[in-house]
Amino acid sequence: MKSEVAGVVEVSPTVRFLSVDGTFAPTEAAEEYRSQLDGLSHDDFLQFYRDMAITRRFDEECTNLQRQGQMGLWPPSHGQEAAQVGSARAARPQDVLFPSYREHAVALVRGVDIVDIVKVMRGVSLGGWDATDPSNGNFRNYTLVIGSQTLHATGYAMGLGFDGLVGTGDPTVDAAVMTYFGDGSTSQGDVSEAFVFAASNQTSQVFFLQNNQWAISVPVEVQSRIPLYLRSRGFGVPSVQIDGNDVLASYAATRKHLDEARAGQGPALIEAVTYRIGAHTTSDDPTRYQTPEQLAYWVERDPIIRYAAYLRSLGADDAFFAEVTDEAESFAADLRHRTLELEAPPLASIFDSVYSEPHPLVAEQKAWLEAYELSMKEAI
Amino acid sequence: MAEPLEMPLAKAINAGLRAALAADEKVLLMGEDIGKLGGVFRVTEGLQAEFGTKRVIDTPLAESGIIGTAVGLAMRGYRPVCEIQFDGFIYPGFDQITSQLAKITNRTSGAVPMPVVIRVPYGGHIGAVEHHQESPEAYFAHTAGLRVVSPSTPNDGYWMIQEAIASNDPVMFFEPKSRYWPKGPVDFTSSAAGLHSSRLVRTGTDVTLVGHGAMVATLLQAAQVAADEGVSVEVIDLRSLSPIDYAPILASVEKTGRLVVCQEAPGAVSVGSEIAATVAERAFYSLQAPVLRVSGFDTPYPSSKVEAYYLPDADRVLEAVDRALGY
Repeated sequence: MKSEVAGVVEVSPTVRFLSVDGTFAPTEAAEEYRSQLDGLSHDDFLQFYRDMAITRRFDEECTNLQRQGQMGLWPPSHGQEAAQVGSARAARPQDVLFPSYREHAVALVRGVDIVDIVKVMRGVSLGGWDATDPSNGNFRNYTLVIGSQTLHATGYAMGLGFDGLVGTGDPTVDAAVMTYFGDGSTSQGDVSEAFVFAASNQTSQVFFLQNNQWAISVPVEVQSRIPLYLRSRGFGVPSVQIDGNDVLASYAATRKHLDEARAGQGPALIEAVTYRIGAHTTSDDPTRYQTPEQLAYWVERDPIIRYAAYLRSLGADDAFFAEVTDEAESFAADLRHRTLELEAPPLASIFDSVYSEPHPLVAEQKAWLEAYELSMKEAI
Repeated sequence: MAEPLEMPLAKAINAGLRAALAADEKVLLMGEDIGKLGGVFRVTEGLQAEFGTKRVIDTPLAESGIIGTAVGLAMRGYRPVCEIQFDGFIYPGFDQITSQLAKITNRTSGAVPMPVVIRVPYGGHIGAVEHHQESPEAYFAHTAGLRVVSPSTPNDGYWMIQEAIASNDPVMFFEPKSRYWPKGPVDFTSSAAGLHSSRLVRTGTDVTLVGHGAMVATLLQAAQVAADEGVSVEVIDLRSLSPIDYAPILASVEKTGRLVVCQEAPGAVSVGSEIAATVAERAFYSLQAPVLRVSGFDTPYPSSKVEAYYLPDADRVLEAVDRALGY
């Protein structure tokens, strides 16, 4: 339904634990997820905040670096930290995550060095990190064509099933796939096909849809006249809508549906209703399409402010918040330092991984370019 | 089996797929109607009964979904072999093929190989309706990261499909559907050539003809007619369209001085254009005549009752041979 602020879509019913002021007040829809929070320690609660605050800070640093000409582009995740951190913290180490290109908080949680994301945006690498390296937490590479990764995730989940890694009952063995995508991508055929293949194969998979309400400049109402979480139901993929700015809702819903997927109960979709506070990317200008009232409405619902208020109610003090601020500052300073040190890759990188096995045309062109460059240097 | 067996291309590819499935449990077949039906051309006949529904998978009817999930399965360590039912139905999968399958190895600096084969029955001569007789191989030969091959004989079908599956790179495997049924010898003991070798299939001294897939049979027919008229024609079966094995082509042109490149596909911006340009660059002083192309026209594939005017036949090839000899 429409709210009193033009262009703002309220969601109801929805899974939410924390109200806008940070009070713990589960909605009726949240009750079935409430037990998912039982195992969280005090340190876990603090870690959620740390993840979100560090992400907010390095995200800001990356926008600055782009403005200073140090990156070609940066897609900010500002506003979506709760959806990302809660879902990422709910995944187990053996789960495999397929992002689009804005899941910086998920990358952080899974252990990816954020400078590897910077490499992609600075133009020194196409993929950034080695997704097959266990230290990167099974976080696959960013995929820039909208929606493509949802099919890769579904195929990978089919493979988990073929490999007997679903429904064994052993929590260290059973695995699931989670794929991240946005409201705009739900209009892509690949996302519909991913729902079809996931339902048909009853894959061990969670579709994590971050509805940040904008596909660059086009509002979500242009993509769909029904709430997006209803989309997958027609394909036979059960779904739930959550408050994506509540990190506890994101954690609890993801944990439950990943558990069910690993147990062999098939795929599910979570629509996390959130908001892209910043631009689509640094090349965008949201003032052309977003009203100040819309922005103000969502800033008021900022996921980090809300969660900080909740933590204070749990006893977190100024010292804790100051410590996290310092940590985030150090993180950003280190990222800046290492960004400025990133050099262009060697010329050979154009050719060396086009194929896994030798290809005469590519080999010939590589040899030609190397000889040509050498001759130009000699000419000088 | 020491003695070669006579069998049609469709059964030879079936035998090659069976051998690949038996040799490596990571090999999967995926596609529309490939299970109980055995594929619309029966190339996968009996394989689901033999290897089960988890190795030979009837997929939902969605080409992008087939390719996209195959990409994910390859990331998981599988070696999927996807069947596209007909040439003209490949385009819904084009984005996943060209933007994902072809680029992931490069995007990941080699960390994530993509051992996926996409089988595509292609080409005309079967009197079918629109979208069922096209030759789209140039789109894929133009795309870095893909390998593109096309067998012309049952023996090549048997061996090349296994070599394609063994490759760690994505391979577009174009099967000339009009050649599915004629029988030829298959030597089960050893492969005749590598996946990416072109092959001299008839020696001659006056003109070189180059083609692939179903065109090879037409070229051999033309060569026989030419021989009866006293013209000695050499024929090369390309077999591989990316990469192209130029050494036998250049050696032949150095001998004959004349080259006619033949294909069913439209001629503009095609595999034939590329070969003509490369031979002009590398064998200029050997050429006695311009390189000529014989191809389908730059029109949509026509109604089947007039396809005989569209498809190059032996007479069209011989007309070009005569022109080449006229210089």
